[in-house]
Amino acid sequence: MAPLVEARGLGWRHASRIHPALSGIDLTVRRGERILLTGDSGAGKSTLLAALAGLLGDEEDGDQAGTLTVRGTVGMVLQDPDSQVISSRIGDDVAFGCENLRVPRDEIWPRVRRALDLVGLDLPLDHPTRYLSGGQKQRLALAGVIAMGAELILLDEPTANLDPAGQTEIVEAVEAVVAETGAALIVVEHRPHLWRAMMDRFLRLESGTTGTAGTAGGSGGGGSARLVETTADDLPSLPVLPAAPGVPAGTRSLVEARELQTIWGPPRTLDLPAGCSTVLTGPNGAGKSTLALTLAGLLPPEGGRLHYSEDLRQGLRKAPHAWTSRQLADRIGYVFQDPEHQFVARTVGEEMAVSGGDPDRIDELMTRLRLAHLAEANPFTLSGGEKRRLSVATALVNAPTLVVLDEPTFGQDPGTFTELVGLVRQLTADGVTVLSITHDEAYRHALGDHEVVIR
Amino acid sequence: MNLLRDINPVTRILGLILLTTPLLLSVDVVSAGVALAFTVLAAPFCGVSWGRLLRRGWPILLAALLAAIPMALYGRPEGETYAQFLFAHVTDNSLQLAAAIFVRVLAVGLPVIVLSADVDPTDLGDGLAQVLRLPERFVLGAVAAARLVSLFRDDLDSMRRARRARGIADQGRIRYFLTLAFGLLVLSLRRGAKLATAMEARGFNRVAEHGRTWARESTLSARDWIVMAVCLVVSVASIGIAVSVGSFRFLGVA
Repeated sequence: MAPLVEARGLGWRHASRIHPALSGIDLTVRRGERILLTGDSGAGKSTLLAALAGLLGDEEDGDQAGTLTVRGTVGMVLQDPDSQVISSRIGDDVAFGCENLRVPRDEIWPRVRRALDLVGLDLPLDHPTRYLSGGQKQRLALAGVIAMGAELILLDEPTANLDPAGQTEIVEAVEAVVAETGAALIVVEHRPHLWRAMMDRFLRLESGTTGTAGTAGGSGGGGSARLVETTADDLPSLPVLPAAPGVPAGTRSLVEARELQTIWGPPRTLDLPAGCSTVLTGPNGAGKSTLALTLAGLLPPEGGRLHYSEDLRQGLRKAPHAWTSRQLADRIGYVFQDPEHQFVARTVGEEMAVSGGDPDRIDELMTRLRLAHLAEANPFTLSGGEKRRLSVATALVNAPTLVVLDEPTFGQDPGTFTELVGLVRQLTADGVTVLSITHDEAYRHALGDHEVVIR
Repeated sequence: MNLLRDINPVTRILGLILLTTPLLLSVDVVSAGVALAFTVLAAPFCGVSWGRLLRRGWPILLAALLAAIPMALYGRPEGETYAQFLFAHVTDNSLQLAAAIFVRVLAVGLPVIVLSADVDPTDLGDGLAQVLRLPERFVLGAVAAARLVSLFRDDLDSMRRARRARGIADQGRIRYFLTLAFGLLVLSLRRGAKLATAMEARGFNRVAEHGRTWARESTLSARDWIVMAVCLVVSVASIGIAVSVGSFRFLGVA
């Protein structure tokens, strides 16, 4: 039987870029094969998946090189759970792909029910999609792909935005689906250990030239990439990071919350020890972000007591949510979950300068966070890792005493991950107090001097 | 009780057109008053209690007032003059016109509140494409975009907090709102692009070549026709009553 996918010398260059995002790829995928695809950020993994799924567009969008033959239906699940929900009811959402493939109406609903069953979404067909958790949304997207009868299922970092329970859900669902349908599978993932047990082939996409220097337009470096066959043992593993040292005896609290009532969840009592790294964990929807925003003066408390030490208040008497924006920024830096929400300027350089920080400090931060060569680039065109580094850099511009990070390692490759951990350690060594919301076990291990678990 | 439950969303749109278009012919209190009375009385039977009607309808009430006040001041002076300054004349005729405009804005606006309540965008899309035969790619795009509106608020809240946290929210109000609006536009475009990719990943790009099937059939039943008939009867009757009591004024002139 002819292979499902045959690519020879496949390449793609986005219309707005000088260098190709992908070039010289040879790939054969047989039916039922399960492939784990790894590679550094910017190596072109997502572009390769998009090419296989037929999502790269036409001549207007870019130039294709080489040949690509796909013999069968392809379905793809993307990284961000929120942006791939299409309908307001789960049954309609799963049916969407079937309708587009002209499946007759009588056949659609049995397919929808079977697909929901396979991914373990045991909910009524008219259940509103907006009440689904992140893991459920990813399983819903997977069900939509199965219902289409996909012979090749492509997953682009499907667990990147999920808590550990959600990650397990999606891996188990995928395993059940490929066992039942015999579909071929290609998974791109920064955390391959979740998937290695069920895979029978491991590929690594290596970019021909390293680094992305000189591309003012952001990521997507030049050179020709190679697909290399590897084994499960060669999978990139997280570097072993030293365990968090804990809180030294006698450390005073920078922030004290007593029975603090936020707009969401029960009252919380906790301390942030000065000059230490605190991690805040708990399931999706427990109210971690709301709590962190309240602790950082960005949401008014509904009740209880929130006390800042003089080191943090620096003479201000009012409650923190009543401070001016300027006063707040000089004391507390906040790194939001979605970096794009933070960007206000046209270039990386302007983005750093917009809050009026000391130019020397800005230069130093841009060098330390490897942003100097991107000074002229538009923040929105950066790669995921670059966006994250920029959002951290902007939060540090005004030399705050307290830094809060909301899930800083979401969707980051091991390189950026290690870099972030090192950066936070550097901050606490300089006496800055850090609070991080995280789901990540490795992050908690390395930075949990003090741990707060909420539910 | 909701008599409109399970009717085709297209019926709601057509009913709205049938109910309100004839009212545009005349500017008088009687025709609009009759239609308005019907809307208010029927609302509780259409799943919109009076409390909910007031909660969702207050902007229309405000708009009606804003439309009526200039009419009272500057409407064509006729009959007795009650007050006068500069170009403003409050007269019998201008007050009459003001009252007519006030009632009319409500008579046209409140049915929108009643008929648009609880419409599921997917059902509406099914109806628009299958009953009204609007282009399917356009309809599906619009339906998907409607769902994105709910994400707008979250984006806006996050952006405001981010600006405050970065120390740049103290700037002048106008500049602040301009940059906020621009940021929201950028984010919306990006969300739209992501959604488009997700739709294409599920075969949406093939609809242009070969069309698509619909998982749910959307048709008009007897109840749909009855609802539309009732809407037409009410609007025609309200015009008829206005003519018979002699208050009909074609476009407010005669």
